[in-house]
Amino acid sequence: MILLKMFRKLLQLVFFCVVVTFFIKPIAAQLRVDITSGNPQPLPIAVAEFFGSGPETEVLAKKITEVISSDLERSGLFRLIKRKAFIQDRSSLRVRPQFPSWRQINAQALLVGSAKTQPSGQIRVDFRLWDVFSAQQLIGRRLETDPANWRRIAHIIADVIYKRITGENGYFDTRVVYIAETGPAQKRIKRLAIMDQDGANLRYLTNGKSLVLTPRFSPTAQEITYLAYENDLPRVYVYNIDTGQQELLGDFPGMSFAPRFSPDGNEVIMSVARDGNSDIFTMDLRTREMRRLTRHPAIDTSPSFSPSGKNVVFNSDRGGEQQLYVMNTIERKAKRISFGSGRYATPVWSPRGDLIAFTKISGGSFAIGVMRPDGSGERLLARGFLTEGPTWAPNGRVLMFFRKNRGRSGRTQPRLFSIDLTGFNEREIPTPTSASDPAWSPSKP
Amino acid sequence: MHLKLILMIITGIALLGCETTPQTSGTYTGTGSVSDSGGGGKDSSISSSDLASAIQGKRLGLGSQEDLVVNIGDRVFFETDSFQLSQAARRIVEKQAKWIKRYPSVKMSIEGHADERGTREYNLALGERRATAVRDYLIALGINPNRVRTISFGKERPVDARSVPEAWSKNRRSVSIVK
Repeated sequence: MILLKMFRKLLQLVFFCVVVTFFIKPIAAQLRVDITSGNPQPLPIAVAEFFGSGPETEVLAKKITEVISSDLERSGLFRLIKRKAFIQDRSSLRVRPQFPSWRQINAQALLVGSAKTQPSGQIRVDFRLWDVFSAQQLIGRRLETDPANWRRIAHIIADVIYKRITGENGYFDTRVVYIAETGPAQKRIKRLAIMDQDGANLRYLTNGKSLVLTPRFSPTAQEITYLAYENDLPRVYVYNIDTGQQELLGDFPGMSFAPRFSPDGNEVIMSVARDGNSDIFTMDLRTREMRRLTRHPAIDTSPSFSPSGKNVVFNSDRGGEQQLYVMNTIERKAKRISFGSGRYATPVWSPRGDLIAFTKISGGSFAIGVMRPDGSGERLLARGFLTEGPTWAPNGRVLMFFRKNRGRSGRTQPRLFSIDLTGFNEREIPTPTSASDPAWSPSKP
Repeated sequence: MHLKLILMIITGIALLGCETTPQTSGTYTGTGSVSDSGGGGKDSSISSSDLASAIQGKRLGLGSQEDLVVNIGDRVFFETDSFQLSQAARRIVEKQAKWIKRYPSVKMSIEGHADERGTREYNLALGERRATAVRDYLIALGINPNRVRTISFGKERPVDARSVPEAWSKNRRSVSIVK
């Protein structure tokens, strides 16, 4: 069953020429990291450098190993054992792991793999993950692709390992869209930027002539909806990653902003300001019809759909200050869910549906937190002077956000960070410029 | 179990740089330099005597942005998370209304701004409220609605980037721009 599930996921990877799964015996899950508990003890894993079939392939094999190792390490769930400590020599490892020597260095899992360049020019990567103590294979795969896609191969392997060890889907084969910031604060240049979740393959999608803000992925990860100031009008656009086309959504008077796709991708929900007042609307992307969800003199903005598409969470100051409200999209009755001290903003429903992430402003500083959709179980995960704009990894276990520290000189810069839902493992996401407004892509199709 | 599957390659995604329509974003970057004269305090720009302003007005070009900044005051300031026009703010908007009436060809854009201590999207809405508060008052004072539009920049265009109360109070503003 595990095999079939995995396989179905891989079936969707049309990127690849050949995907072969082999030698997988469904065995009892002895090795497991429970990522739902507080601070899980990282699993000691030995990642042997992948073998290469020739000098060029060896270089690629080495790079693939590095990307896998880095993915696993940054997840905070694995502790990579230093290669210097390895006892078994490489040539014999190619034949079969000598498990006692891996037990001796306290490795619990061992990853061994190889890359081979095919006559077609494609690269074939095999790997096996071993349970060192039971001396059994946990999982093994064969992937084949164009050598240019070697990073994706590495991320997919890391995802397979993550899933085998945690039982949850991995999030390494994903991308992040964000706003790259340069120049002085008074006339900041902001560009739409897209990169792999580890910061690789960065590209700028806009040239910085227009101010752009708050990008968000469509469910297929092929489009991005965002706010752009084109011709002095702040309005919602959709950018198609395949074609590079940017399309205006809703050519109506007044500012439209705070866009997000619906879970089925058929609608974009957004705020529209009319006569100074911001309310929430959905736009049907095929008919271009607008449907009003709120009608209130207060500021209603930052809407986000539940994964079912039946509910929307948004923030409103209708009660006097910014708080979170949930509304059924049919009945359209708003119910307040946040009651703690302070202001609550930018709610984002988890892809799992179980939690809503938000920005909380209290006591002069910001925090990223989560609560259940009924408002219970509030937990703050990350704090900072300006800590804003959470976005979920597709597995609902990790959040990304941006933070700018307080700068009395005016020179501090916003940066991207990720943190586990447990509140542990905060990491900066490297970007060459200052960065804000991250949005995590769904899992790649 | 031994499974094998062959899938077709889909060519890699070519991410082409986006061709955005060129636009006049430079229009708004001018506010930074404007603030050197007007940002010192809301009262400094309105304290100049009528004679002095008349002389300066001639030098600067009547009905120009410079004229507005030097002789009238191009901006008003707001309290935290508020879009109420204070007494001082109303006085400036009243002077702006008189000034706009003097130049019938002039069209205005009212920019709304917020300080950094709010979330991005909320501050866009707040900036829109502030700009609209100024626009509504101008209209109440007899300005044709077609001559005044609004645009919100939220917290995107501070005049003072420091994270101190003095900077925040300068950034919570509306700025009237001659178009």
